[in-house]
Amino acid sequence: MSDVQILGVGMHPWGKWGRSFAEYGVVAARAALADAGLTLDDVQYLAAGNTMRNGYPGYVSGSTLAQALGWSGIPVSSSYGACASGAVALDAARARIEAGLADVALVVGADTAPKGFFGPLPGDRPEDPDWLRFHVLGATNPTYFALYARRRMERYGATPKDFAAVKVKNSRHGLANPNARYRKVFTEDEIAESPIVADPLRLVDICATSDGAAAVVLTSADYAASRPDRRAVRVAAVSTVTPTYPNTVLDMPDIATDSGVGAPPPPRPFRDSIAHAAYEEAGVGPADLSVAEVYDLSTALELDWYENIGLCDPGGAEALLHSGATTLGGRVPVNPSGGLACFGEAIPAQALAQVCELTWQLRGEAGERQVDGARVGLAINQGLFGHGSCVICST
Amino acid sequence: MTARVPVVEGLFTEDGGSARLLGGHCPRCGAWFFPKQWSFCRNPHCTGGPLDDAELSTRGRLWSWTDNRYAPPPPYPARDPFTPYGVAAVELEEEQMVVLGQLAAGTDPATLTLGQPMELVAEPLYEDEQGQRTVWKWRPT
Repeated sequence: MSDVQILGVGMHPWGKWGRSFAEYGVVAARAALADAGLTLDDVQYLAAGNTMRNGYPGYVSGSTLAQALGWSGIPVSSSYGACASGAVALDAARARIEAGLADVALVVGADTAPKGFFGPLPGDRPEDPDWLRFHVLGATNPTYFALYARRRMERYGATPKDFAAVKVKNSRHGLANPNARYRKVFTEDEIAESPIVADPLRLVDICATSDGAAAVVLTSADYAASRPDRRAVRVAAVSTVTPTYPNTVLDMPDIATDSGVGAPPPPRPFRDSIAHAAYEEAGVGPADLSVAEVYDLSTALELDWYENIGLCDPGGAEALLHSGATTLGGRVPVNPSGGLACFGEAIPAQALAQVCELTWQLRGEAGERQVDGARVGLAINQGLFGHGSCVICST
Repeated sequence: MTARVPVVEGLFTEDGGSARLLGGHCPRCGAWFFPKQWSFCRNPHCTGGPLDDAELSTRGRLWSWTDNRYAPPPPYPARDPFTPYGVAAVELEEEQMVVLGQLAAGTDPATLTLGQPMELVAEPLYEDEQGQRTVWKWRPT
Protein backbone atom coordinates (compact mmCIF):
# COMPACT_ATOMS: atom_id res chain seq x y z
CA MET A 1 0.00 0.00 0.00
CA SER A 2 1.20 3.44 -0.90
CA ASP A 3 2.18 5.90 1.79
CA VAL A 4 2.77 8.89 -0.46
CA GLN A 5 1.05 12.03 0.75
CA ILE A 6 -0.70 14.97 -0.87
CA LEU A 7 0.66 18.11 0.78
CA GLY A 8 -0.98 20.68 -1.45
CA VAL A 9 -3.45 21.10 -4.29
CA GLY A 10 -4.44 23.96 -6.57
CA MET A 11 -6.49 24.73 -9.64
CA HIS A 12 -7.03 27.34 -12.29
CA PRO A 13 -10.79 27.78 -12.73
CA TRP A 14 -12.37 25.97 -15.70
CA GLY A 15 -13.72 28.09 -18.52
CA LYS A 16 -13.07 29.11 -22.08
CA TRP A 17 -10.28 31.61 -21.69
CA GLY A 18 -8.35 31.07 -24.92
CA ARG A 19 -4.91 31.46 -23.36
CA SER A 20 -1.93 29.10 -23.43
CA PHE A 21 -2.35 25.94 -21.36
CA ALA A 22 0.95 26.78 -19.66
CA GLU A 23 -0.58 29.96 -18.21
CA TYR A 24 -3.27 27.92 -16.50
CA GLY A 25 -0.78 25.27 -15.43
CA VAL A 26 1.46 27.81 -13.73
CA VAL A 27 -1.49 29.29 -11.82
CA ALA A 28 -2.52 25.83 -10.60
CA ALA A 29 1.07 24.79 -9.78
CA ARG A 30 1.77 27.96 -7.80
CA ALA A 31 -1.52 27.53 -5.92
CA ALA A 32 -0.63 23.92 -5.06
CA LEU A 33 2.85 24.90 -3.88
CA ALA A 34 1.41 27.73 -1.74
CA ASP A 35 -1.14 25.29 -0.33
CA ALA A 36 1.73 22.96 0.60
CA GLY A 37 3.78 25.81 2.08
CA LEU A 38 6.56 25.06 -0.43
CA THR A 39 8.34 26.83 -3.27
CA LEU A 40 9.67 25.59 -6.57
CA ASP A 41 13.09 25.17 -4.92
CA ASP A 42 11.63 22.33 -2.84
CA VAL A 43 10.36 20.40 -5.88
CA GLN A 44 12.59 17.57 -7.07
CA TYR A 45 10.46 16.19 -9.89
CA LEU A 46 7.74 17.49 -12.18
CA ALA A 47 5.23 15.17 -13.83
CA ALA A 48 2.77 16.64 -16.30
CA GLY A 49 -0.13 15.42 -18.40
CA ASN A 50 0.11 16.13 -22.13
CA THR A 51 -2.36 17.92 -24.34
CA MET A 52 -2.78 16.88 -27.97
CA ARG A 53 -4.29 20.05 -29.37
CA ASN A 54 -1.65 22.63 -28.51
CA GLY A 55 1.22 21.69 -30.79
CA TYR A 56 4.65 20.44 -29.75
CA PRO A 57 4.61 22.22 -26.33
CA GLY A 58 1.61 20.06 -25.48
CA TYR A 59 3.53 16.83 -26.22
CA VAL A 60 6.36 17.90 -23.90
CA SER A 61 4.12 19.34 -21.20
CA GLY A 62 6.64 18.56 -18.44
CA SER A 63 9.33 20.76 -19.92
CA THR A 64 6.84 23.39 -21.15
CA LEU A 65 5.59 23.81 -17.59
CA ALA A 66 9.10 23.60 -16.10
CA GLN A 67 10.16 26.42 -18.41
CA ALA A 68 7.03 28.44 -17.64
CA LEU A 69 7.55 28.01 -13.89
CA GLY A 70 11.21 28.98 -14.32
CA TRP A 71 13.79 26.30 -15.15
CA SER A 72 15.02 24.77 -11.92
CA GLY A 73 17.01 21.91 -13.40
CA ILE A 74 14.72 19.16 -12.13
CA PRO A 75 13.85 16.04 -14.13
CA VAL A 76 10.42 16.02 -15.75
CA SER A 77 8.05 13.57 -17.40
CA SER A 78 5.26 14.21 -19.89
CA SER A 79 2.53 11.57 -19.86
CA TYR A 80 -0.39 10.97 -22.12
CA GLY A 81 -3.33 8.70 -21.35
CA ALA A 82 -6.11 10.82 -22.87
CA CYS A 83 -8.58 11.69 -20.07
CA ALA A 84 -6.48 9.53 -17.74
CA SER A 85 -3.31 11.59 -18.35
CA GLY A 86 -3.43 13.25 -14.95
CA ALA A 87 -3.52 9.89 -13.18
CA VAL A 88 -0.67 8.56 -15.32
CA ALA A 89 1.41 11.62 -14.37
CA LEU A 90 0.42 11.20 -10.72
CA ASP A 91 1.47 7.56 -10.87
CA ALA A 92 4.88 8.51 -12.34
CA ALA A 93 5.47 11.01 -9.55
CA ARG A 94 4.30 8.58 -6.89
CA ALA A 95 6.60 5.85 -8.19
CA ARG A 96 9.51 8.29 -8.14
CA ILE A 97 8.83 9.04 -4.47
CA GLU A 98 8.20 5.40 -3.56
CA ALA A 99 11.52 4.51 -5.17
CA GLY A 100 13.28 7.02 -2.94
CA LEU A 101 14.36 9.16 -5.90
CA ALA A 102 12.48 12.23 -4.70
CA ASP A 103 10.76 13.52 -1.57
CA VAL A 104 8.69 16.23 -3.25
CA ALA A 105 7.07 16.04 -6.68
CA LEU A 106 4.75 18.42 -8.49
CA VAL A 107 2.06 16.99 -10.77
CA VAL A 108 0.31 19.30 -13.23
CA GLY A 109 -2.35 18.94 -15.92
CA ALA A 110 -3.43 21.90 -18.03
CA ASP A 111 -5.39 22.26 -21.22
CA THR A 112 -6.66 24.74 -23.77
CA ALA A 113 -9.55 23.08 -25.58
CA PRO A 114 -11.15 23.82 -28.94
CA LYS A 115 -14.87 24.55 -29.16
CA GLY A 116 -17.44 21.88 -29.96
CA PHE A 117 -16.85 18.20 -30.72
CA PHE A 118 -13.36 16.87 -30.21
CA GLY A 119 -12.07 15.65 -33.58
CA PRO A 120 -9.07 13.48 -34.43
CA LEU A 121 -5.66 14.93 -35.16
CA PRO A 122 -5.35 16.29 -38.72
CA GLY A 123 -4.22 14.21 -41.68
CA ASP A 124 -5.46 11.27 -43.70
CA ARG A 125 -4.81 8.25 -41.50
CA PRO A 126 -7.07 5.25 -42.15
CA GLU A 127 -4.87 3.08 -39.89
CA ASP A 128 -5.73 5.30 -36.88
CA PRO A 129 -8.95 4.12 -35.19
CA ASP A 130 -9.61 7.67 -33.99
CA TRP A 131 -9.52 8.99 -37.57
CA LEU A 132 -11.45 6.02 -38.89
CA ARG A 133 -14.42 6.32 -36.55
CA PHE A 134 -14.93 9.96 -37.52
CA HIS A 135 -14.42 9.58 -41.26
CA VAL A 136 -16.29 6.36 -41.91
CA LEU A 137 -19.03 6.46 -39.27
CA GLY A 138 -19.27 9.99 -37.92
CA ALA A 139 -18.94 8.36 -34.51
CA THR A 140 -18.22 11.33 -32.21
CA ASN A 141 -17.60 10.95 -28.49
CA PRO A 142 -21.30 11.71 -27.79
CA THR A 143 -22.19 8.89 -30.23
CA TYR A 144 -20.49 6.42 -27.90
CA PHE A 145 -22.01 8.03 -24.79
CA ALA A 146 -25.42 7.71 -26.44
CA LEU A 147 -24.87 4.04 -27.31
CA TYR A 148 -24.13 3.33 -23.63
CA ALA A 149 -27.12 5.43 -22.52
CA ARG A 150 -29.54 3.71 -24.92
CA ARG A 151 -28.32 0.31 -23.78
CA ARG A 152 -28.90 1.33 -20.17
CA MET A 153 -32.47 2.30 -21.05
CA GLU A 154 -33.12 -0.96 -22.87
CA ARG A 155 -31.54 -3.24 -20.27
CA TYR A 156 -32.49 -1.52 -17.02
CA GLY A 157 -35.47 0.64 -17.90
CA ALA A 158 -33.59 3.91 -17.36
CA THR A 159 -35.33 6.99 -18.75
CA PRO A 160 -34.19 10.43 -19.89
CA LYS A 161 -35.75 11.70 -16.65
CA ASP A 162 -33.23 9.62 -14.70
CA PHE A 163 -30.42 11.17 -16.72
CA ALA A 164 -31.87 14.63 -16.09
CA ALA A 165 -31.89 13.93 -12.35
CA VAL A 166 -28.11 13.40 -12.50
CA LYS A 167 -27.74 16.80 -14.15
CA VAL A 168 -29.98 18.48 -11.58
CA LYS A 169 -27.97 16.92 -8.74
CA ASN A 170 -24.56 17.86 -10.15
CA SER A 171 -25.65 21.37 -11.06
CA ARG A 172 -26.69 21.91 -7.44
CA HIS A 173 -23.41 20.44 -6.17
CA GLY A 174 -21.26 22.71 -8.34
CA LEU A 175 -23.17 25.88 -7.61
CA ALA A 176 -20.80 26.98 -4.85
CA ASN A 177 -17.59 25.69 -6.45
CA PRO A 178 -15.37 28.66 -7.37
CA ASN A 179 -13.44 26.55 -9.89
CA ALA A 180 -16.52 25.35 -11.80
CA ARG A 181 -17.28 26.81 -15.23
CA TYR A 182 -21.06 26.40 -15.07
CA ARG A 183 -22.66 27.54 -11.86
CA LYS A 184 -26.36 27.39 -12.53
CA VAL A 185 -29.02 25.07 -11.17
CA PHE A 186 -30.80 23.19 -13.94
CA THR A 187 -34.42 22.12 -13.64
CA GLU A 188 -35.90 19.05 -15.31
CA ASP A 189 -38.00 21.31 -17.55
CA GLU A 190 -34.95 23.21 -18.79
CA ILE A 191 -33.18 19.94 -19.53
CA ALA A 192 -36.18 18.64 -21.48
CA GLU A 193 -35.96 21.71 -23.74
CA SER A 194 -32.26 21.20 -24.48
CA PRO A 195 -31.65 20.01 -28.07
CA ILE A 196 -30.87 16.35 -28.67
CA VAL A 197 -27.26 15.81 -29.75
CA ALA A 198 -27.17 12.01 -29.94
CA ASP A 199 -30.45 10.41 -28.94
CA PRO A 200 -31.24 9.87 -26.05
CA LEU A 201 -28.71 12.46 -24.87
CA ARG A 202 -29.35 16.19 -24.96
CA LEU A 203 -26.81 18.98 -25.10
CA VAL A 204 -26.94 19.45 -21.33
CA ASP A 205 -26.49 15.71 -20.74
CA ILE A 206 -23.06 15.89 -22.38
CA CYS A 207 -20.02 17.60 -20.92
CA ALA A 208 -18.48 20.59 -22.67
CA THR A 209 -14.82 21.02 -23.58
CA SER A 210 -13.02 23.46 -21.30
CA ASP A 211 -9.77 25.20 -20.51
CA GLY A 212 -8.44 24.62 -17.02
CA ALA A 213 -5.61 23.31 -14.88
CA ALA A 214 -5.07 21.33 -11.71
CA ALA A 215 -1.94 20.58 -9.72
CA VAL A 216 -1.00 18.31 -6.84
CA VAL A 217 2.10 18.34 -4.61
CA LEU A 218 3.10 14.81 -3.60
CA THR A 219 5.61 14.04 -0.88
CA SER A 220 7.04 11.06 0.93
CA ALA A 221 5.48 10.16 4.29
CA ASP A 222 8.60 11.26 6.12
CA TYR A 223 8.63 14.62 4.40
CA ALA A 224 4.95 15.18 5.18
CA ALA A 225 5.60 14.24 8.82
CA SER A 226 8.23 17.01 8.95
CA ARG A 227 5.49 19.50 8.08
CA PRO A 228 2.98 19.05 10.93
CA ASP A 229 1.57 22.51 10.14
CA ARG A 230 0.06 21.02 6.95
CA ARG A 231 -2.83 18.61 6.79
CA ALA A 232 -1.65 15.89 4.43
CA VAL A 233 -3.96 13.45 2.69
CA ARG A 234 -2.73 9.95 1.90
CA VAL A 235 -2.70 8.53 -1.62
CA ALA A 236 -3.99 5.06 -0.77
CA ALA A 237 -4.06 3.77 -4.36
CA VAL A 238 -3.51 4.79 -7.96
CA SER A 239 -4.87 2.48 -10.66
CA THR A 240 -3.84 3.05 -14.26
CA VAL A 241 -4.86 -0.37 -15.56
CA THR A 242 -5.51 -1.25 -19.19
CA PRO A 243 -8.19 -3.68 -20.44
CA THR A 244 -7.73 -7.44 -20.29
CA TYR A 245 -8.14 -9.30 -23.59
CA PRO A 246 -10.73 -9.92 -24.87
CA ASN A 247 -12.30 -6.51 -24.25
CA THR A 248 -15.76 -7.31 -25.56
CA VAL A 249 -17.40 -4.08 -24.35
CA LEU A 250 -17.43 -1.32 -26.96
CA ASP A 251 -14.77 1.27 -26.15
CA MET A 252 -13.76 4.58 -27.74
CA PRO A 253 -12.32 5.03 -30.33
CA ASP A 254 -12.71 1.49 -31.68
CA ILE A 255 -15.29 0.63 -34.33
CA ALA A 256 -15.47 -2.98 -33.11
CA THR A 257 -14.74 -4.87 -29.91
CA ASP A 258 -12.34 -7.75 -29.44
CA SER A 259 -13.74 -11.15 -30.35
CA GLY A 260 -14.70 -13.40 -27.46
CA VAL A 261 -13.53 -16.45 -29.44
CA GLY A 262 -10.32 -18.20 -28.42
CA ALA A 263 -9.72 -16.70 -24.99
CA PRO A 264 -11.43 -16.89 -21.60
CA PRO A 265 -13.51 -13.83 -20.70
CA PRO A 266 -11.66 -11.36 -18.44
CA PRO A 267 -12.46 -11.62 -14.71
CA ARG A 268 -14.38 -8.34 -14.96
CA PRO A 269 -15.18 -5.74 -17.62
CA PHE A 270 -12.65 -2.95 -18.12
CA ARG A 271 -14.44 -0.20 -16.20
CA ASP A 272 -15.04 -2.49 -13.23
CA SER A 273 -11.38 -3.50 -13.30
CA ILE A 274 -10.21 0.12 -12.97
CA ALA A 275 -11.88 0.47 -9.56
CA HIS A 276 -11.13 -3.12 -8.54
CA ALA A 277 -7.36 -2.60 -8.86
CA ALA A 278 -7.56 0.56 -6.73
CA TYR A 279 -9.69 -1.12 -4.04
CA GLU A 280 -7.22 -4.02 -3.92
CA GLU A 281 -4.26 -1.72 -3.45
CA ALA A 282 -5.95 0.50 -0.86
CA GLY A 283 -7.41 -2.44 1.06
CA VAL A 284 -10.85 -0.83 1.10
CA GLY A 285 -14.16 -1.52 -0.61
CA PRO A 286 -17.14 0.43 -1.88
CA ALA A 287 -18.76 0.42 1.58
CA ASP A 288 -15.78 2.34 2.96
CA LEU A 289 -16.20 5.32 0.61
CA SER A 290 -17.33 8.65 2.05
CA VAL A 291 -17.28 10.43 -1.31
CA ALA A 292 -16.62 9.72 -4.99
CA GLU A 293 -15.78 11.78 -8.05
CA VAL A 294 -16.73 9.90 -11.21
CA TYR A 295 -16.22 10.85 -14.86
CA ASP A 296 -19.64 12.07 -15.96
CA LEU A 297 -18.84 12.63 -19.63
CA SER A 298 -22.59 12.18 -19.88
CA THR A 299 -25.28 12.10 -17.23
CA ALA A 300 -26.05 8.47 -18.11
CA LEU A 301 -22.41 7.51 -17.73
CA GLU A 302 -22.44 8.66 -14.11
CA LEU A 303 -25.04 5.95 -13.47
CA ASP A 304 -22.81 3.34 -15.13
CA TRP A 305 -19.95 4.37 -12.83
CA TYR A 306 -22.08 3.79 -9.69
CA GLU A 307 -22.15 0.15 -10.73
CA ASN A 308 -18.54 0.01 -11.96
CA ILE A 309 -17.26 1.20 -8.55
CA GLY A 310 -19.59 -1.12 -6.67
CA LEU A 311 -21.95 1.38 -5.06
CA CYS A 312 -24.80 -0.84 -6.28
CA ASP A 313 -25.45 -3.88 -8.46
CA PRO A 314 -25.85 -3.56 -12.24
CA GLY A 315 -29.23 -1.97 -12.92
CA GLY A 316 -29.43 -0.44 -9.47
CA ALA A 317 -28.00 3.01 -10.20
CA GLU A 318 -31.29 4.78 -10.87
CA ALA A 319 -32.73 3.62 -7.54
CA LEU A 320 -29.53 4.62 -5.76
CA LEU A 321 -29.67 8.07 -7.36
CA HIS A 322 -33.32 8.63 -6.45
CA SER A 323 -32.72 7.43 -2.88
CA GLY A 324 -30.56 10.52 -2.43
CA ALA A 325 -27.54 8.44 -1.41
CA THR A 326 -25.30 10.10 -4.02
CA THR A 327 -26.50 13.65 -3.31
CA LEU A 328 -24.69 15.88 -0.82
CA GLY A 329 -26.05 14.88 2.58
CA GLY A 330 -26.53 11.27 1.41
CA ARG A 331 -24.58 8.13 2.27
CA VAL A 332 -21.92 8.53 -0.42
CA PRO A 333 -22.15 11.81 -2.33
CA VAL A 334 -20.96 11.49 -5.92
CA ASN A 335 -19.41 14.46 -7.73
CA PRO A 336 -19.73 17.00 -4.91
CA SER A 337 -17.51 19.23 -7.08
CA GLY A 338 -20.30 19.36 -9.64
CA GLY A 339 -18.41 16.94 -11.89
CA LEU A 340 -17.91 17.41 -15.60
CA ALA A 341 -21.47 18.69 -15.75
CA CYS A 342 -20.24 21.88 -14.09
CA PHE A 343 -16.65 21.86 -15.31
CA GLY A 344 -16.52 20.52 -18.84
CA GLU A 345 -13.55 18.48 -19.87
CA ALA A 346 -9.98 19.83 -19.71
CA ILE A 347 -8.39 16.54 -20.65
CA PRO A 348 -4.99 16.28 -18.89
CA ALA A 349 -6.25 18.28 -15.89
CA GLN A 350 -9.38 16.28 -15.20
CA ALA A 351 -8.04 13.36 -13.16
CA LEU A 352 -6.02 15.82 -11.07
CA ALA A 353 -9.03 18.08 -10.57
CA GLN A 354 -10.80 15.04 -9.10
CA VAL A 355 -7.87 14.55 -6.69
CA CYS A 356 -8.00 18.24 -5.72
CA GLU A 357 -11.66 17.82 -4.81
CA LEU A 358 -10.99 14.67 -2.78
CA THR A 359 -8.20 16.47 -0.93
CA TRP A 360 -10.41 19.41 -0.01
CA GLN A 361 -13.18 17.01 1.05
CA LEU A 362 -10.85 14.91 3.23
CA ARG A 363 -9.36 18.03 4.79
CA GLY A 364 -12.84 19.35 5.55
CA GLU A 365 -12.21 22.45 3.43
CA ALA A 366 -14.88 22.04 0.74
CA GLY A 367 -17.14 24.73 2.13
CA GLU A 368 -20.78 24.51 1.10
CA ARG A 369 -20.17 21.27 -0.77
CA GLN A 370 -18.43 19.57 2.17
CA VAL A 371 -19.24 15.90 2.79
CA ASP A 372 -19.49 15.58 6.55
CA GLY A 373 -16.78 13.47 8.12
CA ALA A 374 -15.21 12.40 4.81
CA ARG A 375 -12.42 9.88 5.43
CA VAL A 376 -12.02 7.87 2.21
CA GLY A 377 -12.57 9.21 -1.29
CA LEU A 378 -12.39 7.62 -4.74
CA ALA A 379 -11.88 9.37 -8.06
CA ILE A 380 -12.38 7.42 -11.27
CA ASN A 381 -12.01 8.20 -14.93
CA GLN A 382 -11.22 6.54 -18.23
CA GLY A 383 -9.15 7.70 -21.18
CA LEU A 384 -9.82 6.50 -24.69
CA PHE A 385 -7.46 3.90 -26.20
CA GLY A 386 -7.72 1.82 -23.01
CA HIS A 387 -6.55 4.01 -20.14
CA GLY A 388 -7.91 3.43 -16.66
CA SER A 389 -7.61 6.09 -13.96
CA CYS A 390 -8.60 5.62 -10.35
CA VAL A 391 -7.20 7.30 -7.25
CA ILE A 392 -8.22 6.50 -3.68
CA CYS A 393 -7.30 9.00 -0.99
CA SER A 394 -7.73 8.71 2.76
CA THR A 395 -7.24 10.85 5.84
CA MET B 1 -23.40 4.60 -64.09
CA THR B 2 -21.30 6.21 -61.36
CA ALA B 3 -18.56 4.01 -59.94
CA ARG B 4 -19.02 2.78 -56.36
CA VAL B 5 -15.77 2.96 -54.40
CA PRO B 6 -15.40 2.00 -50.72
CA VAL B 7 -14.78 5.04 -48.54
CA VAL B 8 -11.66 3.38 -47.14
CA GLU B 9 -10.00 0.46 -48.88
CA GLY B 10 -9.79 -2.91 -47.16
CA LEU B 11 -12.60 -2.58 -44.61
CA PHE B 12 -15.45 -4.03 -46.62
CA THR B 13 -16.39 -5.17 -50.10
CA GLU B 14 -19.55 -5.22 -52.12
CA ASP B 15 -18.08 -7.24 -54.97
CA GLY B 16 -20.69 -9.71 -56.12
CA GLY B 17 -23.52 -7.46 -54.99
CA SER B 18 -23.67 -8.01 -51.23
CA ALA B 19 -21.77 -6.14 -48.52
CA ARG B 20 -19.24 -8.03 -46.39
CA LEU B 21 -16.86 -6.73 -43.72
CA LEU B 22 -13.20 -7.62 -44.30
CA GLY B 23 -11.38 -8.61 -41.13
CA GLY B 24 -8.78 -11.00 -39.84
CA HIS B 25 -9.14 -14.51 -38.45
CA CYS B 26 -6.57 -16.45 -36.47
CA PRO B 27 -6.23 -20.02 -37.75
CA ARG B 28 -4.83 -21.13 -34.36
CA CYS B 29 -7.10 -19.66 -31.64
CA GLY B 30 -10.10 -18.75 -33.82
CA ALA B 31 -10.22 -15.06 -32.79
CA TRP B 32 -11.60 -12.47 -35.20
CA PHE B 33 -10.45 -8.92 -35.74
CA PHE B 34 -12.10 -5.92 -37.37
CA PRO B 35 -10.48 -3.99 -38.84
CA LYS B 36 -7.67 -6.47 -39.33
CA GLN B 37 -5.39 -3.55 -38.33
CA TRP B 38 -2.27 -5.63 -37.70
CA SER B 39 -0.97 -8.70 -39.48
CA PHE B 40 -0.77 -10.86 -36.36
CA CYS B 41 -3.10 -12.30 -33.72
CA ARG B 42 -3.20 -10.20 -30.55
CA ASN B 43 -4.84 -12.79 -28.32
CA PRO B 44 -2.23 -13.04 -25.52
CA HIS B 45 -3.22 -16.68 -24.97
CA CYS B 46 -2.31 -17.46 -28.60
CA THR B 47 1.06 -17.68 -30.35
CA GLY B 48 0.55 -14.31 -32.02
CA GLY B 49 1.00 -15.70 -35.52
CA PRO B 50 -0.22 -14.27 -38.82
CA LEU B 51 -3.93 -13.72 -39.46
CA ASP B 52 -5.90 -14.97 -42.43
CA ASP B 53 -8.00 -12.49 -44.37
CA ALA B 54 -11.63 -13.23 -43.57
CA GLU B 55 -15.13 -11.99 -44.22
CA LEU B 56 -17.30 -11.43 -41.15
CA SER B 57 -20.90 -12.47 -40.60
CA THR B 58 -23.36 -10.19 -42.37
CA ARG B 59 -26.07 -10.59 -39.75
CA GLY B 60 -26.19 -9.90 -36.05
CA ARG B 61 -28.30 -8.57 -33.22
CA LEU B 62 -28.71 -4.94 -32.22
CA TRP B 63 -26.54 -4.11 -29.16
CA SER B 64 -27.39 -0.40 -29.07
CA TRP B 65 -28.07 2.55 -31.36
CA THR B 66 -28.28 6.33 -31.52
CA ASP B 67 -29.33 9.15 -33.81
CA ASN B 68 -26.80 11.96 -34.36
CA ARG B 69 -28.40 15.36 -34.80
CA TYR B 70 -25.29 17.56 -35.08
CA ALA B 71 -22.66 17.59 -37.84
CA PRO B 72 -19.45 15.90 -36.68
CA PRO B 73 -16.11 17.63 -37.28
CA PRO B 74 -13.87 16.66 -40.24
CA PRO B 75 -12.81 14.16 -41.42
CA TYR B 76 -16.52 13.23 -41.48
CA PRO B 77 -17.76 14.14 -44.95
CA ALA B 78 -20.85 15.99 -43.68
CA ARG B 79 -23.28 17.17 -46.34
CA ASP B 80 -24.50 20.74 -46.46
CA PRO B 81 -27.18 21.01 -45.25
CA PHE B 82 -26.35 18.39 -42.66
CA THR B 83 -28.53 15.31 -42.53
CA PRO B 84 -28.88 13.47 -39.20
CA TYR B 85 -27.69 9.85 -39.28
CA GLY B 86 -28.04 6.88 -37.01
CA VAL B 87 -25.24 4.69 -35.67
CA ALA B 88 -25.84 1.10 -34.59
CA ALA B 89 -23.72 -1.35 -32.62
CA VAL B 90 -24.42 -4.90 -33.73
CA GLU B 91 -23.31 -8.10 -32.02
CA LEU B 92 -22.09 -10.88 -34.30
CA GLU B 93 -22.81 -14.30 -32.86
CA GLU B 94 -20.10 -16.41 -34.46
CA GLU B 95 -17.36 -13.81 -33.96
CA GLN B 96 -18.60 -12.82 -30.46
CA MET B 97 -17.88 -9.19 -31.19
CA VAL B 98 -19.75 -5.91 -31.58
CA VAL B 99 -19.29 -3.90 -34.79
CA LEU B 100 -20.41 -0.30 -35.34
CA GLY B 101 -21.98 0.98 -38.53
CA GLN B 102 -24.28 3.76 -39.58
CA LEU B 103 -27.96 2.90 -39.79
CA ALA B 104 -29.14 2.33 -43.35
CA ALA B 105 -31.02 5.22 -44.97
CA GLY B 106 -34.72 5.25 -44.13
CA THR B 107 -34.30 3.42 -40.82
CA ASP B 108 -36.31 5.12 -38.10
CA PRO B 109 -34.30 4.80 -34.87
CA ALA B 110 -37.52 5.14 -32.87
CA THR B 111 -38.71 1.76 -34.19
CA LEU B 112 -35.64 -0.23 -33.08
CA THR B 113 -35.44 -2.63 -30.15
CA LEU B 114 -32.51 -4.22 -28.36
CA GLY B 115 -31.50 -7.59 -29.77
CA GLN B 116 -33.43 -7.33 -33.03
CA PRO B 117 -31.83 -8.93 -36.10
CA MET B 118 -29.82 -6.62 -38.35
CA GLU B 119 -28.06 -7.14 -41.68
CA LEU B 120 -25.18 -5.50 -43.47
CA VAL B 121 -25.72 -3.32 -46.54
CA ALA B 122 -23.50 -0.96 -48.54
CA GLU B 123 -24.67 2.60 -49.20
CA PRO B 124 -23.14 5.84 -50.47
CA LEU B 125 -21.67 8.13 -47.81
CA TYR B 126 -20.57 10.94 -50.17
CA GLU B 127 -19.41 11.54 -53.73
CA ASP B 128 -16.04 12.68 -55.04
CA GLU B 129 -14.08 12.56 -58.31
CA GLN B 130 -13.67 8.79 -57.95
CA GLY B 131 -17.42 8.25 -57.78
CA GLN B 132 -19.86 7.31 -55.07
CA ARG B 133 -17.89 6.55 -51.92
CA THR B 134 -19.68 3.74 -50.15
CA VAL B 135 -19.67 2.49 -46.59
CA TRP B 136 -21.18 -0.49 -44.76
CA LYS B 137 -24.33 0.16 -42.80
CA TRP B 138 -26.72 -1.84 -40.62
CA ARG B 139 -30.37 -2.35 -41.57
CA PRO B 140 -33.14 -4.17 -39.70
CA THR B 141 -33.89 -7.47 -41.45
